[in-house]
Amino acid sequence: MSFLELQNITKIYPNGTKAVNETSLNIENGEFVVFVGPSGCGKSTLLRMIAGLEDITNGEISLDGNIINQIDPSERDVAMVFQNYALYPHMSVFNNMAYGLKNRGISKEEINNKVNDVAKLLEIDQLLTRKPSMLSGGQRQRVAMGRAIVRNPKIFLFDEPLSNLDAKLRNQMRLEIKRLQRQMGVTSIFVTHDQTEAMTLGDRIVVINNGVVEQVGTPKEIYSKPNTKFVAEFIGSPQMNLFNCKIENGIAHIADMKINLNNSTNIGDATLGIRPDDILISDNGKHSCVANLVEYLGSDMIIYSKIGDQEFSCKLSSKINLNAGDTFKFEISGTSVHLFDNTTGSRV
Amino acid sequence: MKFKPLEILTHIILILGVLLMVLPIWFSFATSTHDNVSIMTEGMKFFLGESFTYNYNEVLNEKGGWSEEVTAARMFVNSFIMALGIATLKVVISAMSAYALVYFRFKLAVPIFWLIFITLLVPLEVRIFPSYKIVSDLGLTNTYTGLILPLVASATATFFFRQFYKTIPDELLESAKLDGANSWRFFIDFLLPLSKTMLAAMFIFMFVYGYSQYLWPLIMTTDEKYWTVVMGMKIIFTENYEGVALPRTGERFAYIILSMLPPVLVVVILQRWFIKGLIQTEK
Repeated sequence: MSFLELQNITKIYPNGTKAVNETSLNIENGEFVVFVGPSGCGKSTLLRMIAGLEDITNGEISLDGNIINQIDPSERDVAMVFQNYALYPHMSVFNNMAYGLKNRGISKEEINNKVNDVAKLLEIDQLLTRKPSMLSGGQRQRVAMGRAIVRNPKIFLFDEPLSNLDAKLRNQMRLEIKRLQRQMGVTSIFVTHDQTEAMTLGDRIVVINNGVVEQVGTPKEIYSKPNTKFVAEFIGSPQMNLFNCKIENGIAHIADMKINLNNSTNIGDATLGIRPDDILISDNGKHSCVANLVEYLGSDMIIYSKIGDQEFSCKLSSKINLNAGDTFKFEISGTSVHLFDNTTGSRV
Repeated sequence: MKFKPLEILTHIILILGVLLMVLPIWFSFATSTHDNVSIMTEGMKFFLGESFTYNYNEVLNEKGGWSEEVTAARMFVNSFIMALGIATLKVVISAMSAYALVYFRFKLAVPIFWLIFITLLVPLEVRIFPSYKIVSDLGLTNTYTGLILPLVASATATFFFRQFYKTIPDELLESAKLDGANSWRFFIDFLLPLSKTMLAAMFIFMFVYGYSQYLWPLIMTTDEKYWTVVMGMKIIFTENYEGVALPRTGERFAYIILSMLPPVLVVVILQRWFIKGLIQTEK
């Protein structure tokens, strides 16, 4: 039995909206799992059901061997870091962190020790007497983390905690969250709509779309073998190129371009996905195209072009000298492409 | 610093406004320090006189009323108890009912809120007969409970607290829940401290409201022991001065000045929070 088990979880709101549909998931002790998906896909709802902040319409959640459907959030021993931190504005940083411990009837001395230890760990020990309104965004974030850590809960739940920070701080906190989670080994679930965060943080990623789990896997699995067209498009930046094509005897036809898939698939119309960095530019490439637009990103650049009337992009080192309007030659390996069924959207 | 003409004009208007507010009080105070003969012959006074101690001593200690037993000091105590009781209970009850309306999403919360709100249309003066009937049937005439109880529900305060609670983000409640706070703890540890400026502002309003009640205590009390300051103003020191047909104007002005003090003190002491409560919320 896994540490946290979701079994056929469904959430239907009173107005009839189905936010989560028949979701099952097992999470092991100490694992760092990321729920990722576009806004409104139900990932936050799922997290809030684990926390006990939303009722579960159908299904069962068990934590550490106990079914927790009917258990009050205060009794579940989970801690959550909210998007806007939800610090207690009228309490000092110390009291913010100590509040949960006080409610559990822990002695003053022990609270003092615990709060001070965690404050040191997060480098906020200088701020303990301040009120949240006197803290910067990054410091608030740390306090919110500290409040969760100090309770030593069974699970950490993070609800898009980095989205209110600026880019630099976000990267820094991302690393820190990862480091802390490793250090403490507490099972964590992190919700985000940012695929970079998902890729860098998660031991496993759960891609959710329209209340349904599209794929569960390690970042590598998800990136290299997306199960569905949705996952293929959602993970990876820049987005994967998807071409409408015809597959005949192992050859994919995109307009007048032919790609040999090195197998004997024969499914007619399908969708062919190629990652922008799997398009290899070389002078003796078989295919050629005109670069319509070139985006310079420093070490890399992205070229936008067209095959027939289908747009695509490719990513390459900016050491290559290529300008808009130039013709370039490229090669696509038949083993690096992803093939999806047009009707079901799933991988072929 | 040099003043522009417009600034001078605004200052003149402001100063006039201040004088308009302050002068009547000053006249009352100045007059209250003169003896009755000079007031009778010379009218209202602007400068201080010499009868301050005599007048104020008379006011506080003279026994008045039909029974010749009630003193102004006693009436102050009564008024204070009544105003304090009304203000405290009004604030507590409306804070709690607003809490129930906002956080416990029971089915009829909105209709109930509007029902409470509609009671604004029925102030005590309108429902004075039924109120009296109920209080008298309960045997509460001539008691502090009877003075206070019919006035402790407040639609205004409930409304203000409701609006304030609605601005508190849901995450705060959720976070508190995960930290193990039950609904009672959330009220005590979060809503009350967060709304302390609001509590102070409401307390002041309601204290002044309770203190200035006239009609209710007048109808409610037949025993002079329960007379309040504001109703006493009409009744006390109306008899003639030492048998001579001379109105006791000096003492009456002293009484008026004293009767203004408790609400003024409450405002002065709580004004720091009061102003904060009106203009900002700590979030």
